[in-house]
Amino acid sequence: MNWAGLYTVLSGVNRHSTAIGRIWLSVIFIFRIMVLVVAAESVWGDEKSAFTCNTQQPGCNSVCYDHFFPVSHIRLWALQLILVTTPALLVAMHVAYQQHQEKKLLVLTGHADPKHMEEVKKHKMRIAGSLWWTYVCSVVFRLLFEAVFMYIFYLLYPGYQMMRLVKCEAYPCPNTVDCFISRPTEKTIFTVFMLVTSSVCIILNMAELVYLVIRACARRGQHHSNPSGKSSFYGHKHSSEYKQNEINQLLTEQDGSLKDMLRRNSGLQEKGDRCSAC
Amino acid sequence: MDWGTLQAVLGGVNKHSTSIGKIWLTVLFIFRIMILVVAAERVWGDEQQDFVCNTLQPGCRNVCYDHFFPISHIRLWALQLIFVSTPALLVAMHVAYTRHEKKRRFRNGEKIDIEELKNEKIHIRGPLWWTYTSSIFFRIVFEAVFMYVFYYMYDGYQMPRLVKCSAWPCPNTVDCFVSRPTEKTTFTIFMLAVSGICMMLNLAELCYLVIKICMKESRKTT
Repeated sequence: MNWAGLYTVLSGVNRHSTAIGRIWLSVIFIFRIMVLVVAAESVWGDEKSAFTCNTQQPGCNSVCYDHFFPVSHIRLWALQLILVTTPALLVAMHVAYQQHQEKKLLVLTGHADPKHMEEVKKHKMRIAGSLWWTYVCSVVFRLLFEAVFMYIFYLLYPGYQMMRLVKCEAYPCPNTVDCFISRPTEKTIFTVFMLVTSSVCIILNMAELVYLVIRACARRGQHHSNPSGKSSFYGHKHSSEYKQNEINQLLTEQDGSLKDMLRRNSGLQEKGDRCSAC
Repeated sequence: MDWGTLQAVLGGVNKHSTSIGKIWLTVLFIFRIMILVVAAERVWGDEQQDFVCNTLQPGCRNVCYDHFFPISHIRLWALQLIFVSTPALLVAMHVAYTRHEKKRRFRNGEKIDIEELKNEKIHIRGPLWWTYTSSIFFRIVFEAVFMYVFYYMYDGYQMPRLVKCSAWPCPNTVDCFVSRPTEKTTFTIFMLAVSGICMMLNLAELCYLVIKICMKESRKTT
């Protein structure tokens, strides 16, 4: 499992995202993960071996490096990118659950042929109902993780700038010792770059949140004139009334996409029936 | 996520490009990204380790290296290649959006063949023409900006053998020797030449698109 594996997993989520969500995913993969892998990792590659202190005291080098760099930038970015991309899996799990429900509904209504099952897998889910809440939660978590990591970076490495020289007096270093960091300017440039892309991602997430809320309010305004009640769920498990109720419940829970699909396919089936009659 | 994945992502864009765009993409992948990965990275691999200064003063080498190489050539080329190839994704997004609209019309009842929709080549006209032209324009701008950044940072494109450093904590002025300067100069000039070729291909593509649209407009008016 590496970054390419994560890319494969998240590309599947891409289909059910909004347009802003897709742009966000592209920015994450191209401007953050890819830059991390092809450029930043080689900049920080020799951070410990090229960290030099002006002393011959054994152990002083290691202790000072550990004191000034408790967690390396590269590891923090890797953790940040993993945590920030993971909430999208909530959406993937919810979509998989909805697809399972749709397949169950198809079996109950007698449309359980392979063609319809394939169409369930392929059609894009509308972000409505409970999926809307899951999607909004995933966006909120993304924002939260981004903000938390930016704050951790600021705490650990104040000002986001990499110093050329640090003065260290941790035991066993004798008195105060000058220690020199390798490639500080290049590291500062990449830190600022990753900070800027992180901010761009935060802005995209906020825009997506606002878009989802506005869309939901607009939809609620449209549906205000046509309220749809949920059917109750009574009856024995094996009775036809039970089955019909389950179908009704699944139909009202589903978004418009499955209804459209069934409506279209029942239309085709009617044509087929007509033809078989002649 | 590495160069291979970028190639897979951009390979899809290739289908909707002009012939010049396809040549540009090939040049980018073979003469720039591949050269960077298989050759240039090895040349610059030991750039800091083998940067030697004529002093025993601890820290002087680090500081002098940082002073003369604020950002390594390899990283600048990696960033340049990422920025230059990304505008093509604007075109990919526009094509995906056009296809999505056609699928929506199919779902609403219009008769469109789904299989044909997936394989049809989308012609570069209308709003797609503007997206495509903008992407070429951005490519040209990014190439020019990076070529200027290289020139500004390294005072020309040649790698010196010796640099004289007097940054603290180096005592007085110290001679520092750069590793493999001739090989680095060779590769810098090679990457510069290929960058120039890519820029010319982009300019040619821009002219081709503009001429094509002018001819179409003049045919419509006559």
